[in-house]
Amino acid sequence: MPELVITVARFGFLILLWIFVFTVVGVIRRDLFAGARSGRLVAAPRAVGASTGQPAKPAKVKRGRAAHQLVVTAGQLAGTRITLGEAQITIGRAEDSTLVITDDYASARHARLVPREGQWFVEDLGSTNGTYLDRAKVTGPTPVPLGVPIRIGRTSLELRP
Amino acid sequence: MTAAAAPAASPASTGEQPGVRLARSRRNAELSLLLLAMVLVAAYAATVEANVLDTVTPDFWIPAAALGLVFLGLHLVIRWLAPFADPALLPAVALLNGIGVGFLRRYDLAKAAPEQRESLAIFAGTGGRQLAWTLGAVILAAALLAIMRDHRSLSRYAYTLGLAGIVLVMIPAVLPGRFSEINGAKLWIRLGGFSIQPGEFAKLALLAFFAYYLVRKREVLSLASRRVLGVDFPRGRDLGPVLVVWLISLLVLVFEKDLGTSLLYFGMFVVTLYIATERVSWLLIGLILFFGGAYLAYVLGSTVGGPFANFYDRAQIWLDPFAEPYDRGYQLVQGLLTLGTGGLFGAGPGGGQPTLLPEVQTDFIFAGIGEEIGLFGLSALLVVYLLIVERGLRAALAVRDSFGKLLAGGLAFTLGLQVFVIVGGISKLIPLTGQTTPFLSAGGSSLMANWLLIAVLLRVSDGARRPVTGGGGPAARPSGGPPEQLHGAPTEVIRP
Repeated sequence: MPELVITVARFGFLILLWIFVFTVVGVIRRDLFAGARSGRLVAAPRAVGASTGQPAKPAKVKRGRAAHQLVVTAGQLAGTRITLGEAQITIGRAEDSTLVITDDYASARHARLVPREGQWFVEDLGSTNGTYLDRAKVTGPTPVPLGVPIRIGRTSLELRP
Repeated sequence: MTAAAAPAASPASTGEQPGVRLARSRRNAELSLLLLAMVLVAAYAATVEANVLDTVTPDFWIPAAALGLVFLGLHLVIRWLAPFADPALLPAVALLNGIGVGFLRRYDLAKAAPEQRESLAIFAGTGGRQLAWTLGAVILAAALLAIMRDHRSLSRYAYTLGLAGIVLVMIPAVLPGRFSEINGAKLWIRLGGFSIQPGEFAKLALLAFFAYYLVRKREVLSLASRRVLGVDFPRGRDLGPVLVVWLISLLVLVFEKDLGTSLLYFGMFVVTLYIATERVSWLLIGLILFFGGAYLAYVLGSTVGGPFANFYDRAQIWLDPFAEPYDRGYQLVQGLLTLGTGGLFGAGPGGGQPTLLPEVQTDFIFAGIGEEIGLFGLSALLVVYLLIVERGLRAALAVRDSFGKLLAGGLAFTLGLQVFVIVGGISKLIPLTGQTTPFLSAGGSSLMANWLLIAVLLRVSDGARRPVTGGGGPAARPSGGPPEQLHGAPTEVIRP
């Protein structure tokens, strides 16, 4: 084999190796942006797309329909309101919970509400009696639509705009 | 009870947006990357033959094509069973595995007598065996994808897996040396001419258990307590589990005489603990405990000897390999010289002298490859490892449940740590210990365990990237139905 062919093959292989690396990086990069776009669409609450009839900025509309308050609708704490921010809300009988509920059927660390891209998710923290979104038991992080009751023991909570 | 009415009521109340734009599964990108990887493997084989045989035999492409078929099979399985899995994982791993097979065949060629080289059978020797192991490992990975349709089902067997993991770790330690010892490290189970390395599988089982345990306990472990120098340190009694794992890893160090495995288990636990609690203090405690333990073992090795002597020897070799370059330091010195010979661009595939390097087919494969592709090529391979780890961590970030996050994050980190331990060892950054280089080294246990790891990562990334509404794939449900989490849950009514 001529020396030239071997040299070309040798460096060609190295260049091909790096081309592969950069192609993978390219796929990952395109993938990141695609993922972000579809992720936002999927995570958006039902009402966001539906109520954009007016020419207002979509962000404004979204903010208007996003949950701003957590209201206790039933139970001993009925009428309590918590203004929602960026932080997660923990619910339970433990003193360090964001919302301390005195309910015999609630666990110390019962459930929590976590915001993610403007949508609140409820997650059960291994409570004894379970957390219910409307009538269905919460088994994993579940998106909470506005006005749907979260039931913990005898307490009932709702997200309000 | 109005149980029957509940599912009908839920679409409106808990509803997801129907008709969401389909998330792209990116399977075609995976296929083209896979083809590119196989072209690279074939190019490697051709260059090797041009260098070693001075001619390219007409069937140089057969191993690459065989590997390509195997990986294509896995690609089709992914298309069918995990359509939203990460597109970069399979091609990146396939490239590493292919280069590994190619290098092992190159090693067979170097070992064969010059006049027999041209007629060396394609499926003979270490290279051929590695090809067979790859087939087995990929079939195992596909089977795992088929059995485990949802990564959360793994958490059901967490305690069983944890027990199995500990048993697998312990077997080589309690077996008599002639069944378990190779080159001073007791890591194997040897039966006849056949040896398996149970620790490779144990790390998967243990990680699944750690992830499950920490999801259950993380609320306790992340509770605030004493604050020292701006870092929150956990309470003394919460240190229990981390101390237990530390003790186990020290026992591994002492009885299996292997620093790398010990570092791997302990690092795995500390990092999952960190992911679970977001507490930097766990990392600090872990590092202090590990370095303290290793130093203690070193001091004990120099004074007491006994079970600690092996570690002391290795540390001595690491501190000054050139003290006894033809005796104890031979392997490390040869590895360093090999890397040095490779230089920036290497001697070209097939141009090196891999037979001069002991254990080049397993522990020192990275140095052997480095001699031929140089720093330029080695860094590309390291970047490929980095990308695999990055994709694993990305899946961990994107997946919606805590168990999946810990599982994927821990597995990706473990893979990265293993590469660090062996590459750091052969380049004299840390004391050398006999870890396999994932996907490159000859050996069925390592290959199978790491392909299973990739299968779990593929499964988690599929779960992470699958649109919430289930807009496609085999698991598609009528859009507008209740969210997946609620679908199978029993319906009950609570009357306040």
